[in-house]
Amino acid sequence: MVEIDTPNQNCFLVQPRDFQLPEPLPLQCGRALKNANIRFETAGTLNAEGNNAILITHALSGDAHCCGRHTPSDRKPGWWDDMIGPGKWIDTNRYFVICSNVLGGCSGTTGPGSIDPDTGRPYNLNFPVITVHDMVQAQKRLVDHLGVKHLLAVVGGSMGGMQVLEWAVTFPDFVDKVVPIATACCFTPQNIAFDWVAREAIKADPDWKGGDYLPDKPPAKGLGAARMLAHITYLSNESMDRKFGRNLQDKSDPENYGYAFDFDFAVESYLQYQGRSFVERFDANSYFYITRATDYFDLTAETRGDLVAALKDVKSSFLLVSFSSDWLFPTPQSVKIVDALLRNRKEVSFCEIKSSCGHDAFLLEVETLGRMVRDFLATPRRKRA
Amino acid sequence: MRKARDLDQNRRRDLEIISSLVSPGDRVLDLGCGDGVFLRHLKEDRQAQVMGMEIDPESIYRCIANGVPVVQRDLDGDLSFAEDGSYDLVVLSQTIQEMRRPDQIVDQIVRVGKLAAVSFINFGHWGCRVQVCFSGRMPRSSQMPYQWFDTPNIHFGTIRDFRALCERLGITIVQETPIAARFPRLTKWFPNLFAVSCVFVLERKSGSAVK
Repeated sequence: MVEIDTPNQNCFLVQPRDFQLPEPLPLQCGRALKNANIRFETAGTLNAEGNNAILITHALSGDAHCCGRHTPSDRKPGWWDDMIGPGKWIDTNRYFVICSNVLGGCSGTTGPGSIDPDTGRPYNLNFPVITVHDMVQAQKRLVDHLGVKHLLAVVGGSMGGMQVLEWAVTFPDFVDKVVPIATACCFTPQNIAFDWVAREAIKADPDWKGGDYLPDKPPAKGLGAARMLAHITYLSNESMDRKFGRNLQDKSDPENYGYAFDFDFAVESYLQYQGRSFVERFDANSYFYITRATDYFDLTAETRGDLVAALKDVKSSFLLVSFSSDWLFPTPQSVKIVDALLRNRKEVSFCEIKSSCGHDAFLLEVETLGRMVRDFLATPRRKRA
Repeated sequence: MRKARDLDQNRRRDLEIISSLVSPGDRVLDLGCGDGVFLRHLKEDRQAQVMGMEIDPESIYRCIANGVPVVQRDLDGDLSFAEDGSYDLVVLSQTIQEMRRPDQIVDQIVRVGKLAAVSFINFGHWGCRVQVCFSGRMPRSSQMPYQWFDTPNIHFGTIRDFRALCERLGITIVQETPIAARFPRLTKWFPNLFAVSCVFVLERKSGSAVK
C-alpha cells in the first residue's frame, strides 16, 4: 500500500500559498474567527471564462497538498496524486484545481494551534468549535478571492464528501457538478462512538494537559492510539487478513509467541507504525476539532431529519460512489442520498465499486473511480429549466 | 453478465418503436439501461430528460461516458424512490426475462410511469415451438444464445402470456407492436406464432389511482 516514489526531475511542481481572510469569519457556533488564514494549492490555469475550476475537499487527515510535489526531491507527492495532475483523471491541463486545508486543521490553515490575536498565545481549546458548514464558508471566500465565478465541480471523499454535500446545499447556483465519494449525509451513532473513543484516548494521555500541551511534548501516546483505532475503521477484515493474516512480526520464529504484551503480530506492529507516523504530522487538538465537525455534520439538521426536503433546492448534477467493503460509510448511506435526489427529480448517478480495501478504497481504487470521475466531469450539463 | 446492448437489427426495431413514444422534455426512466446508448439517443435527438438504472458496473461506467445519468440498482427491489406518475415513460426493454418477479416490476412501472413500454422476446414464436417439439430441448437462437442452465433469462413468456398478466394486474394495453423480420402479414394476424419479439405500451386502467 505504501508506495515509495523515486524523486523525479521532471515531476509536477506545486506551491503552497496563503490567503488571509480580510474580514472575520462568522461561525455556526456564534463566534467569529479573526485573521483566519487559509493554506491552499492550485494546479492548472483558470480559463478566461472562469468556469473550469474544480475544488478538491480533503478528508480528516488530509491537507491542501493534493497533487504534485513541492520540490523535485520530495519523496512523496500529494495525497491524491494518482487522481489529479497533467493528463491524469482530473486533468490539470484542462482544469484549474484548487485544494485548501480545512478550518481547524494543522497544515497551514487557522486551527487550534494558531495564535489567538486577542491573547498572543495559541488558541488550544479556546479555539471555537467549527463545523463542516464553516469549512465550506471559508472555501467559498477562497474561491471568490481566486476569481472563480462558478465551480465546475467539487470532489471529495469521506469528510471531504461531507463538504461536497454541504457545497451543493449551501451554494446551489455556484456549483455545476458534485462528486461525494464514500460519505454520508450524517454520522451514525457508531461513527460518533469511534470519534469519542479516539478523543478519550488523547484526553487520557497526561501530556495532553487539557489541550495546553507543549509543542515539543505533544500527547503522542494518546494521539497514536486514536489514530490506530481510526485506522482499523479505514480497512476491512478482508484487506487486513490478506496483508497480515495471523503472521507474527518476528518471521524468523514463526511458531513462537512472546508470551508478553509487546507486539507479536504483524498487524500490531503495523498499527504501531501508523500511530507513530501520524503523530509526526498531525496535531492532537486539531484532531478534536475536526472529528467534532464530522460528528455535528447533519445535512438534515434544518429539515428535522427530512433528507428529501434538505436536497430540494440543489441544482448540481451528482455522481455518488461507494465501496463494497467500506463499513465506516457503507453503501446504504450513499443510496439514501441517491433516493432523496431521485425523489426530488435531480440529476444523479451512483455506483458501488467492488473493492476489498474498506473505506481506504476511495484513495486506492483510482482506476475505476478515476474513469467515472473523468467522464462525469466531461459531460456537458443540460440547460436548466 | 447482462449481454451488451449492441443495437443489432432486431433489437433496434423495438427501441425505434419506444423512441417514437418520446416527446421533447419527457422524463424517461430506462430500467436495465445497458451502456446507455439508447438513453443518449433519447437525450440528444428527442430532448428527453433521461435516467437509467443498471446493475452491471461496466455498463454503468459506459453510461457515464455516454453522458447519461445512471443509478446502480437491483431492479428486483421496489421503485419506492419514485412517486406515482413521476415519469412520462418507463422503459423495460428486453430486461423482464432476467427478473425474479416480472409481475411485480410490471405493476411498479405502470405506477411510476404515466406510460410504460415493455419489450421482450416472444417464446411463442414458431421456431421455439418447433425446437421444443422436435428436438425436445429448450430453444436457442441468435437472440437467446444461452443454454438452459447458464442463461440469465429466467422468465420466458409468450405474447399471450403477457396479455394475460396485464389482464390479471388490471393494466391497460395501449399499444401492441409485434416485431418480425419476415412474414409481415402473418405476424400481424398471428403475432404469438410469428413475432420474434413484441413491444407493449401499458398504462394503469383509468380509475386506478394515479395522483
